[in-house]
Order: sequence, then structure tokens, then C-alpha cells
Amino acid sequence: MSATREKIAFLRAVLAQAEPPEIRVPLGHPAADACLNGGLKRGALHEVFAGATHEASASGFAAGLAARVGGPLFWIRQDYAALEHGELAATGFLELGIDPSRLLLLRVPDVAGALRAACDALTCGALGTLVIEIVGAPKLLDLVAHRRLALGAAESGVTALLLRFGAEPDIGVAETRWIVRAAPSGEDGNWGRPVFAAELARNRHGPPGQWVMEWSCDDGEFRPADSGAVVRAPADRPSPAAMVA
Amino acid sequence: MRLPTDRLQRRWSHKAVAGTAPLVIVAKIDNAMRLTAVDRKAASLGLCAGQPLANARAMVPALKAMAANEPADRKLLEHIADWCDGFTPFVALDPPHGLLLDITGASHLFDGEEKMLDRIRADLKRQGFAVTGAVAGTATAARALAHYRDGTVALPGADSGTVAPLPVEALDLDPVATHAFRRAGLKTIGQVASRKRAEFTARFGAAMVFTLDAALGGAEAPISPRLPLPDYRAERRFAEPVVVQDVLLSTVKLLAGRLAKLLEERGEGARCLQAAFFRADDGVRRIAVETGAPTRDPAIIERLFREKLAALADPVDPGFGFDLIRLEAARAEPCRAEAGGFTTGEKEKKDIRFLVDRLAARFGSHRVLKFQPNDTHIPESAFVAVPAQYAQIPALEWESTRRKKEAPRRPLRLLSPEPVSLLRSDGEMRFRWRNALHVARRVEGPERIAMEWWRAPAPTRDYFRVEDEEGHRFWLYREGAGSWFLHGIFA
Repeated sequence: MSATREKIAFLRAVLAQAEPPEIRVPLGHPAADACLNGGLKRGALHEVFAGATHEASASGFAAGLAARVGGPLFWIRQDYAALEHGELAATGFLELGIDPSRLLLLRVPDVAGALRAACDALTCGALGTLVIEIVGAPKLLDLVAHRRLALGAAESGVTALLLRFGAEPDIGVAETRWIVRAAPSGEDGNWGRPVFAAELARNRHGPPGQWVMEWSCDDGEFRPADSGAVVRAPADRPSPAAMVA
Repeated sequence: MRLPTDRLQRRWSHKAVAGTAPLVIVAKIDNAMRLTAVDRKAASLGLCAGQPLANARAMVPALKAMAANEPADRKLLEHIADWCDGFTPFVALDPPHGLLLDITGASHLFDGEEKMLDRIRADLKRQGFAVTGAVAGTATAARALAHYRDGTVALPGADSGTVAPLPVEALDLDPVATHAFRRAGLKTIGQVASRKRAEFTARFGAAMVFTLDAALGGAEAPISPRLPLPDYRAERRFAEPVVVQDVLLSTVKLLAGRLAKLLEERGEGARCLQAAFFRADDGVRRIAVETGAPTRDPAIIERLFREKLAALADPVDPGFGFDLIRLEAARAEPCRAEAGGFTTGEKEKKDIRFLVDRLAARFGSHRVLKFQPNDTHIPESAFVAVPAQYAQIPALEWESTRRKKEAPRRPLRLLSPEPVSLLRSDGEMRFRWRNALHVARRVEGPERIAMEWWRAPAPTRDYFRVEDEEGHRFWLYREGAGSWFLHGIFA
């Protein structure tokens, strides 16, 4: 009898370990997490649009989100983006508190290659996050492509971040859509920390919002910018869910 | 022997220019234009290689003469050698116009030496080559027979009898020796062989005697194959040539299964695999894929080849179809037996490796990268992106330049330094970059970084972190005392 009980206890422990990790990853920023019902949803497609000339900031924001999700990070980028907006620097990731050896980088010549590789990568459940860097608004990235990415992310549990440079937000099936710009960092001597003016322009399961967030390189989480930067109040719009109800 | 003329006529046969005039190839030898090759028609009119072009023209006024192109001939010979790989892996070039095939252990696949020789000769003839060939116990004997007794198959151990009646020229010795033998009345190899070897060694050196012995089957000069021989190979021949890509891939999978058995016996896995598709008419297409870790799973191998075939810039052209497909493990490494995956980390690593292999097959391994630290303080060289397939565990640790609680000191995106024009007025710093004016709100610097003078002399750089009014955080530097550059942008 006791042997059976022991066995059951052992199996329970194994099961507990095998439970899927928390579906939503808290960003660390209380207001944003409240808006997101607890955090960023894993295994979904999220869009990060860079405000004009704020591409590096948006990259940093995406890197931060990826670090919150954890696991290996796979970054797909076009050759053109590296020329125009700069090559990703391993030392830059390191300074943000993200281990560069967790990063895999795929350089692709064009958008078709990027989307194809993204679909491939989204079959590999061992990845934590996939970042797809797309410059401009290519025709190939249509609703079907969006849906394919979202489905792939949902099936494999990989969190897909579509990082868009030089594009206006339009149709999409993403779980969330962020528009990111750099914000002035603190007035104190220790200025230059990564501070973002992040607008949650679309949120399928909650209201949108707008915050000034700081990425804490030491703790690896977002937090409200405690600087003298102007913090605008979140746009007071009712949540789509509330409207339906 | 007719390789240069055959090369041209094969090329012309597609167009309608193949005239009826006899064709010769000429080159400048000792300041005179001489024939180096003649086609069948020219030969039947009495022309031969070595003749001056003027004499040939006098004999045959309607002569078509083309300049020799040795590199093209050589390339064609290698092309034929590639194709001959379908018969035996030991193929060596015998320049200028010959090939040596070591068919030891391969002839039974073609029902004996005679049938094999006939098949090779017939196939090459169909491709438009004038071909002579022979089989013998040693390469030297076979070469002599191919030139003087086309189609001979010397029985094992009977080389000396078959070769003996051939003229001494068949030994392909240097002209002085051949001439000397002629003058001495030794006209055939048999006559030469009947003399004492010591006499020849004294006059012509040991190499000549060795050649003689090799021709008579007494000594063996091994041929060195053109391509390295892999340890693992599997192949499949088709009675009817196959064309469809799906069949090609399923054949690759089948062969991969056979390779896997061989590999498993020796506890190894393939790091580099090469599939060779032999076309029925002519030519070979070789396609290689590499893997990041020793692999022997046929499904993975098939998938990699599928990616590679889909991504080829010039698709595999089956022509009239492939009659032989061969899969080789060009490089194999020991691999640990895979005893199921209880540790989840191992399985995940394997999944990622497979993803990397697939993407490398599609985009090329230089595009799938992993970052590694580099032992230098020059910002753009402080890290290197290496192909993830070959990445080793780095010896160095990542070293941050940022101290705890500090803001990042290195930018997330590095540009190749772009010049900026700096404008300073009343203590305010402004700069123009890509046609936009940025007003610096905060500036910190300089962080001086000296270039490595022992590598290449370059001016010292003074780096400044600059934040503008909008919140852009730039990394600028001044080179020496002169111009300013933008090197990167912080997050």
C-alpha cells in the first residue's frame, strides 16, 4: 500500500514539474501588467512598432520582452535593416543584462526569407522567443502571413515578436501591439538607462494603455520610470471587452 | 586523344554550325603554329598532331583550325572523370586526355571487365567522344594498351604477354630514351624487356625501369583518386532513370537509412553529407549538407536535403533522368548513443540544433549565427558572430563594461561609423546626422579607446554618450582631434 502511495506521490511531483509554465509573463511594470491581465501572453504573436527614428529603442524593448519570457532567443533580421538601423551588438545585449550566448541570429536577404524562416522557427518548441525584424510594409506580410505566425506561435508555445521598422500599424491578428519610442532618461547623474515611451495600442484581452517604462538592466524587468520624465496618464478608453458586455 | 576536337564538336552539335570541314586544333609550339589535335576526318586525310599548320593547310585547303584551349580541355576531362565516379570511386586524371579507373572489386557489378569496358566506351561514345580503352593489371599497362590496342582486356597475370608486342612508344618514356631504344633496334616493349635491367638503370635512371616493370605487370604504381574516399557510402542504381524530385528525396532517405546502419556499427554520426546525382546522359550534380552535431537519423537527413534542394539557386536539372544516386558521409564524428531524453535540456538542445541545420541548409551556414566574446576592447570587435553550426564553447567569458546600477555603456545597435557634423554654440552641442538635427540634452565622455597599434595603426577614439531632447541615446566618437562619427544607438 505504502509503495503505491509513494509511487503516486512521485508521479504527482513529476506532473507538477511537467505543468506548463505560467501562460502570462509579468513585465514587472504594475500598471501594464494589470492592463495585460497579469502579463504578456506566451505562445502568441505580439507586434512592436518602432516610432520613426526610434528603431534602436524598439529593439531594446523587444529584447526586454524576450528576456522576460526567457528561454533561447532567436532573432531574424534582414540584411537591409543592419545597414539602415545598425547591426545587433552582443555587447549591447550584455549591457542590458541579457546573456548574448542565449541569442541565435539569422540574417536573411529578404522578407520572403524572413517569413519562411519564422514559420520554421515557430515549429521548434525549444525556443523561448522569436523576434522577426521587418523593415517597411512589404506586401508579403499580409493578413495570411500574420495569421500563420500567430497559429505557429500558439501551436509551439514560442512567443513571437514582430518588430516593425518604418511601418504604420494597420491590420493584424496580434495579441498585443506596442508602439515604442525612446523617452528621455532621468535627471540624475546616472542617466542613459533604457527608458521607453510604450503605447499599448491594441490589447485583445484588456484595455490599451500608455506608460513610460524603464528596463532595469540589473533586475531584468520593466518598471515605472522613476525619473523626472513626463509620465502621461494612460489613455482613458474603455476596454473592448467591457463594451461588448 | 580527340578530346579538344570532340569538345568543340559537342558544343557545335547543338547549333547548326557543325560543318563538314575537317577540324584541327592548333597551338604555337617553338614559334610555329602546329597541330595539337585532329578530328577523325582530318586524321583520315593524313593529318596528325605535331604537323605545322602551314603543311596541313597545303595538304587540305578546306581546313578548319581552332586555337587550343587547355583549361577548357582539362575542365572537360574532370567533368568526364566526375561522371566516371559512377563506375568506381577510384578515378584519377591522366593528363592531357586520359583517365585511369581502378576497377578492382567493381567489375562484377557490371558482369565482368569486358562488359564494363564496353559499357563505358559505349556511353562515352554516345556522348560524342572518340574513346579508346583497355583493362590491364597495372595502370601503365592499361594506358599502353588503350593507346595501341583499343578494347583489350588483359587477363590477370597475362600483362607481359599482351604488352610485349607493343612499340616502345607505348611506354610513354621521355623522347630521348624512346629514340635511343629505336636506334639500338629495340622496337617493341618485349625486346626492351629481354635486356638486362642494370643497363637501362645506368643510362636512363630507375624511373624508366620502374615504368617498364609496371607495364609488364611486375611493379605496381598506385593511382591516387581525385576525390577523397569517404568511409561511409550507400548508392542505388536505377534501371530506368528517375526524374521526379520526390523519388530523389525518398531515395536519399532510403540511402540515409543504410548509412545510418553503417554509422551505428561504429558509433559515429555524419557531420557532412554529400549526395551525388549521376545523370544518365552526362554529368554529376553533387549537393552537400552539413549538420551541427553528428547525425544519423534518416528523417533529419532527408529534411535537410529537401531544404537544400528547395533553396538551390540553380535547381537540379535531371535532363533525361538520374540512373545512380549515391549518398556519402564525407565527415563523420563519434556520437554518443541516444538513450531517450529524460533530461529536457538535452532534447531542447537537439531541437534547436536541428532548426539551425535546417536554416543553414536553406540560407547557408554563414547566416545562422551565434555570438561569442572576443578578447579586445575595440567596440566593433569585442564580439564575433560565428556560424552556429560550428560554434564551440568559447574560452572567454562575457565581460560587461557596465557596473551595477549604471546605465549601459555599449549600444544595442552598432552602425558602421557614419560621419556627423557637429555644431557647437553657447555651450550647446548639436549635431546633424542623416539630415536631422539633434540637440544634445546630456553628454558624457570621453571614454578613450585606443586602437590596437600592433595590428593596424589607427587614431585613438574618444567616445561620448549623448542623449537628445527626444530621448535618442547616441554613441558618438571623435577620431583623434578631428572628425566626429556616430557609431551606435542605445536602447
